[in-house]
Amino acid sequence: MKILIALIPLLPLLGFIILGLGYRSIPKRVAAILGPGTIFVSFVLSLIVLFNFRYLATSLPRYFDWISLGPVSIPFEFLIDPLSILMMLIITGVGFVIHVYSIGYMSHDMGFNRFFAYMNLFIFFMLILVMSANYAVMFIGWEGVGLCSYLLIGFWFKNQQFNNAAKKAFIMNRIGDLGFLLGMFLIFTTFKSFSYPVVFEQAKTMTPGSGTMVTITLLLFVGAVGKSAQIPLYTWLPDAMAGPTPVSALIHAATMVTAGVYMVARSGVLYVLAPVTMEIMGITALATMLLAATIAIFQNDIKKVLAYSTISQLGYMFLALSVGAFTGAMFHLMTHAFFKALLFLGAGSVIHALEGEQDIRKMGGLKNALPKTYWTFLVGTLAISGLPPLSGFFSKDEILGNVFGSSLPIWVVAVGVSMMTVFYMFRLLFLTFAGKNRGSHPQTLKIHESPAVMTIPLIILAILAFFGGFLNIPEIMGGSGILKEFLAPVFADAVRLNQLQPHHVAARLEWSNMVMVLLLVLLMVYVAYQRFVIRDSRIVSRSYLIRLIENKFYVDEVYDYLFVRPALRISDALHKFVEERFIDRIVNGTGTMVVRFSNGIRYLQTGHVGMYLFFMIIGILLILFFNIIL
Amino acid sequence: MNALTSIPINHYLIFCSMLFSIGVIGVLIKRNALVILMSVELMINSVNLLLAAFSAYSNDPAGQIFVFFIMVVAAAEVAIGLAIFVLIYKTTHSIDIDVLNKLKW
Repeated sequence: MKILIALIPLLPLLGFIILGLGYRSIPKRVAAILGPGTIFVSFVLSLIVLFNFRYLATSLPRYFDWISLGPVSIPFEFLIDPLSILMMLIITGVGFVIHVYSIGYMSHDMGFNRFFAYMNLFIFFMLILVMSANYAVMFIGWEGVGLCSYLLIGFWFKNQQFNNAAKKAFIMNRIGDLGFLLGMFLIFTTFKSFSYPVVFEQAKTMTPGSGTMVTITLLLFVGAVGKSAQIPLYTWLPDAMAGPTPVSALIHAATMVTAGVYMVARSGVLYVLAPVTMEIMGITALATMLLAATIAIFQNDIKKVLAYSTISQLGYMFLALSVGAFTGAMFHLMTHAFFKALLFLGAGSVIHALEGEQDIRKMGGLKNALPKTYWTFLVGTLAISGLPPLSGFFSKDEILGNVFGSSLPIWVVAVGVSMMTVFYMFRLLFLTFAGKNRGSHPQTLKIHESPAVMTIPLIILAILAFFGGFLNIPEIMGGSGILKEFLAPVFADAVRLNQLQPHHVAARLEWSNMVMVLLLVLLMVYVAYQRFVIRDSRIVSRSYLIRLIENKFYVDEVYDYLFVRPALRISDALHKFVEERFIDRIVNGTGTMVVRFSNGIRYLQTGHVGMYLFFMIIGILLILFFNIIL
Repeated sequence: MNALTSIPINHYLIFCSMLFSIGVIGVLIKRNALVILMSVELMINSVNLLLAAFSAYSNDPAGQIFVFFIMVVAAAEVAIGLAIFVLIYKTTHSIDIDVLNKLKW
């Protein structure tokens, strides 16, 4: 079993090594089998682990000592518990489906093999991230997925803008990673260990709200903010849409961006002991959700709408975490992985059909041309909007229920954001698929439905997005909450220690909330339908507020002004004054001095043999002389 | 008491030093390449003699064996040196070392 578990991340690594080393010589057909194949085997192995979990219980397979310095020893070990199994299944399952889709999506691309090599490497690092049993090994995965994200955003590296987007993502993540790293160090100095069981066991005895706890959790949260694109480090995610669409689906929607959520959920015991951090997390999440949803309404790039939607949904997950609803956050993480991957792949299918067109103002009327894409996209939209019985309904309902039990104003905002989600998603759906085509003529002629290799993954994900919610039907509906029970042992301590426990909401109130939210959702769908189908009007008014939102609140510009330009200016100044005037001069001066000196003494080289002999003898005499004297 | 040790060691020392100095001075002041080569031989032989003398005085035949090696090496060196001089003579029609001043800055 130990070897079997090790194989789960090792197979994608093997795929990466083979495809990476032989990317010039391996034919596309082999890469198309090898790339998704390794992930599929990993998925099957994960399933085996899941089915044998009852007999295994929580296990800590330990492979080797990674770092051992005197008394400090950091083993390379995995933690196999319900939480990591859930993540493994999401990563390998959704990852496999997206890999299959990529075969079709990337089929015309020159870098086909390179693409699959990177994707496999990403899966490897992501699995390391979720399977590790200590923060140090998690950090390997944490950095690794950042690297893969960088490589894949800048996959089409001939476009300088894409490269800039990749760099932006990398640098912003680095800011977060610094926080994560500092948090790790603080954990080590406090608990003398990186290992989760050891750290959490000791943490339980700490006083809640102590300064160390708050600092540790805040630093870790900074890491999560960077990786999961929350305010203020969210601007990289919309730009990351420069990468191929399967990348956006896999990395920037389903898995990597949820690493922050996973990490906070994993460190739940630490977080519940730091109520201040929980509050900060809640405020950040709320602000992020609201901001991202507002921006998403006015975006015109099909992928950017989804990107802002992802940021907003990640805010949802953090909001759930901040009230201590760990299961709710993980549940939404899972359903979000399904429907957001589906939406991205659907968008990819549209982009593929329109030969690269991403502007929804130039789409429309694609319902008949792309029926499979349309129906699956519709399922995704309904799921994210939270219509029963689709998955998004159950996961959102669980979060909203928990939030309601903790604070009414926050609940109101969360419901508001939920309505905005419905509005922008249906706007996207209607503008893309309904009405008449607004594209240029040659584009419309060539529209074709994607091949089966792309539509079948869409259908699989649509099924998952549809039925995924049944894993955790709320109690008031007579559901058993399989997922809740499955994850309960992981979060038992955290839930027990949670001071801000949301109080239980009466079933009747819960029902009425649910119905009210549902009615609002339907209302929003109707509004969107009126606006974008009946009147077929895109928002054209030009008030200042709308222009502000259309320009994403000028956050990028503000960052540019506050951080990027000063940094460039400082670099420029350092270049001019320190580099050119100081370091360059020392280096060049050394060279010049040697040249001048040599120029002076080369005249000793007269060419007279007699003189050389004379020097030689003088030299020998001097050596003798000094040897005797000294 | 053999013939070598019948002469005091100091005499050997003084004689060899003189011989060596003559060789050095010859190398320094002579312009004729052949004479320089002969002066070098003189230096080598002064060393050889000294080696033989010390070997006899300390009853260690190693020094004398070493002398043979030096002779062989000196012979080889002379062979090469003379070959070079022949070539130099063919190109410059002289074996004056002052003519050989082309290799300079």
